[in-house]
Amino acid sequence: MHKAMRAAFLMVLALGSGAVVASTAGGSESWRQWKADNDIRSAASLQRGARNFVNYCLGCHSLQYIRYNRIAEDLGMTEEQVKANLMFTGERWFDPVLSPMPAKDAETWFGRAPPDLSLIARSRGPDYVFQFLKTFYVDESRAATTGVNNLALEGAAMPHVLADLQGVQKAVFVLEKHAAGEGEQMVRRFEKFEMVKPGRLEPAEYDEFVRDTVNFLDYVAEPIRLKRERLGIWVIAFLLVFTGFAYALKKEIWKDVH
Amino acid sequence: MAGETTTKNGLYGWIQARFPVDQFVRSQLTEYYAPKNFNFWYYFGVLALVVLVLQIVTGIFLTMNYKPSEADAFASVEYIMREVSWGWLLRYLHSTGASAFFIVIYLHMYRALLYGSYKGPRELIWIFGMLIYAALMAEAFFGYVLPWGNMSFWGAQVIVSLFGAIPGIGESLVEWIRGDYSISDITLNRFFALHVVALPLVLLLLVVAHLVALREVGSNNPDGVEIKKLTDRDGKPLDGIPFHPYYTYKDTVAVGVFLILFSIVVFFAPTFGGLFLEPPNFEPANPLNTPEHIAPVWYFTPYYAILRAVPDKLTGAALMGAAVILFFFLPWLDRCKVKSIRYRGTIYKLALAAFTVSFIALGWLGLLPADGVYVLLARIFTIIYFAFFLLMPIYTRYEKTKPVPERVTSHA
Repeated sequence: MHKAMRAAFLMVLALGSGAVVASTAGGSESWRQWKADNDIRSAASLQRGARNFVNYCLGCHSLQYIRYNRIAEDLGMTEEQVKANLMFTGERWFDPVLSPMPAKDAETWFGRAPPDLSLIARSRGPDYVFQFLKTFYVDESRAATTGVNNLALEGAAMPHVLADLQGVQKAVFVLEKHAAGEGEQMVRRFEKFEMVKPGRLEPAEYDEFVRDTVNFLDYVAEPIRLKRERLGIWVIAFLLVFTGFAYALKKEIWKDVH
Repeated sequence: MAGETTTKNGLYGWIQARFPVDQFVRSQLTEYYAPKNFNFWYYFGVLALVVLVLQIVTGIFLTMNYKPSEADAFASVEYIMREVSWGWLLRYLHSTGASAFFIVIYLHMYRALLYGSYKGPRELIWIFGMLIYAALMAEAFFGYVLPWGNMSFWGAQVIVSLFGAIPGIGESLVEWIRGDYSISDITLNRFFALHVVALPLVLLLLVVAHLVALREVGSNNPDGVEIKKLTDRDGKPLDGIPFHPYYTYKDTVAVGVFLILFSIVVFFAPTFGGLFLEPPNFEPANPLNTPEHIAPVWYFTPYYAILRAVPDKLTGAALMGAAVILFFFLPWLDRCKVKSIRYRGTIYKLALAAFTVSFIALGWLGLLPADGVYVLLARIFTIIYFAFFLLMPIYTRYEKTKPVPERVTSHA
């Protein structure tokens, strides 16, 4: 009885998370627990992330809502540094970060235009981006297109552009029986990754690479965040003092009310 | 000097001779007597006024940079967040203000349930208040569509399509509301007009009516005693104190505390874990891509849970409407003569507790997917929700109340 209830509860959870694709059911798969654990206070990490983005992502993905000069200002970089390290295709200093790839061509090549990533860390969360960049695996059934699939985004149109760094991995699945409606259903459950062809980075180094990149995207999603938190301290400090005086005044006024 | 008409010289005297400044200040503030025993629950009226002003002021500045068109709306919000000086602050104040408005209004309404503030002679104050609540819901809904994120779009789609459940005229009514065959640029434009002009005007007028009615009959209090019954020789209520300076200074403290809590959200958790600003709304509206689950913002979720608890769309929508409309009838559903919960019977206390749990539980269920056990729970709480109102004429009639004191019992 207890087991049945737990299974029912898990079913509800799985349905809830929208992961009802029979092939990848199971909300407790290990990769779902991976956390980006990024720190937007670290300027060094953000600068590395910006470099990673420009080198590996910008070919296809734009950041249309942020400009180069804003990045420089927020990340503590000079105009020369930014021009030497981040700007390669003749952009102007105050231009938004746009991919040189024409959207029309992209659609022909990949089936859909690569999305703008300005707000990806807000709409899907940094953990999602982290998991996405770490869960590409070889999939024979997709040999006609990218040859890979992704645990976080089933049937992703994006090729594994970081394979050179991460290496090529294969996913090991186990089949489990699950109660489904009146009968049973075989459900594929992710167990682990096995490296088929190692990349240039050690797994720990690759994690850092992804973390920096996610960190940069997290910053881009809300560039004001650090400033807003610093300002908040002052605003609240003022309000505490104000409320303190207001309270003293109230006590004085109310002295004669019995 | 109170009550005495003094002639003054200078600019003030000139104005006073032509416009009743003194009379207004006296009737609304210095000679408006409020019960001296207001407690915590009596702060939310003034806080609602503070939030209303905040929403209007931030809204005006947001309007200066927002573009109500399908092509530009989403980008213009990001432009406000990133390029407009202090735009991010205006936007977060406005988005947090929307949620704060509902928190404050819900607590304000709950105060009426606790102390019977809707009962005679305050029925009209309650009716005006409920109209404000209804207008606020419409205002919040239209405002939520404006950023043109994916949840804006699909939320509008779901809510507007509810009118399609009305037999006969449903489909043409939906088309009339949208002004198009689907939620589109046209819909966005008219929702913008309603959000920035029509509903704010309605809200302001209703707030004036609410306050005029309140000034006429006077405030209720935690003891539910009519302070106007016992007055001194000058006709001043024995348990009353002038609104100014007493409550103006006391409310200033409350506003300070409120602004501290409000600032914590604005500066440190503006999305409030996805409850105040939902993650899918940081993706532009996409008619081809439905979000995994469409849920309204938290302040609508109790009604949303009721809607989904019913399998039939028309009945669900009707119940959802009824869940709001029933509040209007509270003054007549409640047959008990005693106002304050302090002197009311156990049965009302139990009924109110059950209603409180149901409202919160429905709010929580409305955020979750409508599956399995959640639907069952939503049905149970929906029944309790309606039972609270519909059985009220019965259980309040036979309530064993305690004696109500002549005078108020404490002051804060």
